[in-house]
Amino acid sequence: MIDVVVDIILLTFLATTSIAIMRMTNLFAIVMLFGIFSLLSAGLFVVMDAPDVAFTEAAVGAGISTVLMLATLALVKRPKEPYYDEAPRAHRAWLPLIVVTITGSALVYGTWDIPNFGSPDAPSQTHVARFYLENSMPDTGVPNTVTAVLASYRGFDTLGEVTVIFTAAVAVLLLIGGKRPKPALRSKDEEAQDEA
Amino acid sequence: MEFIIGHYNYWVVIVLMMVGLYTVISRGNLVKKIIGLNIFQVSVFFLYISLGTVEGGAAPIIAEGVKVYSNPLPHVLILTAIVVGVATTALALALVVRIKETYGTIEEDEIHNLDHSL
Repeated sequence: MIDVVVDIILLTFLATTSIAIMRMTNLFAIVMLFGIFSLLSAGLFVVMDAPDVAFTEAAVGAGISTVLMLATLALVKRPKEPYYDEAPRAHRAWLPLIVVTITGSALVYGTWDIPNFGSPDAPSQTHVARFYLENSMPDTGVPNTVTAVLASYRGFDTLGEVTVIFTAAVAVLLLIGGKRPKPALRSKDEEAQDEA
Repeated sequence: MEFIIGHYNYWVVIVLMMVGLYTVISRGNLVKKIIGLNIFQVSVFFLYISLGTVEGGAAPIIAEGVKVYSNPLPHVLILTAIVVGVATTALALALVVRIKETYGTIEEDEIHNLDHSL
């Protein structure tokens, strides 16, 4: 019972944080709130019996993501301004609000068919999950089923994941790594070419 | 009452998803759009983990005397998704830095005006 209470309280915090993120305009505060958002989700993953996911979310979501976003803010902020404030839009966006409301209502209608949270006879519990739980120990000798599935049964998935990360790393290095001409220098070169 | 408690997770997932979607399509700042995309992503993580939870279940680590475990498969899928999500976020932020270098701004409206004043 206490699980469900903690679950509901944390989920409410999470929804509030996300709305605060949406409404704020100071980007530094938004990034900090996003760190809190990730930490809250890590806590929720623990409540939902997923400690591996919680570790990853706390380290990667709250840690690395926040650092990457702060680094980006330091690179893109306007000179002489201590904080980066988001510029207001020229027009008020009603169309997105309508689209979001309609999509949200359709999704809520869809939840009527989902079995209750935590019900043991839901369709998602009755297929391969039982096989993994019963066979992972004799097959791989690893007590943590998540590790056994990640590294053994679905090892090719993990290989694909590594491929994606490698591709992203190469792309990031190509985009912003190494020496490249500054825009000002390049325009001077172009002027010189024009004169010549 | 039982129906509300049993479906509260899914409704919060939908709220988070819609907040993320709204931030992506209505805000003009590129960093804020990326944060909206991340909120959307986290909502999908919650959908999966909620579907894998079993009432009274333990974390899926095999131990003596434990009968009920949560479903390990959503955990595996979401572990992969979190790491891939950070890789794509890093790529998006790198693109934002390049846009800033080329246009001098990361506000969508200003970029649009610059494109049309050339």
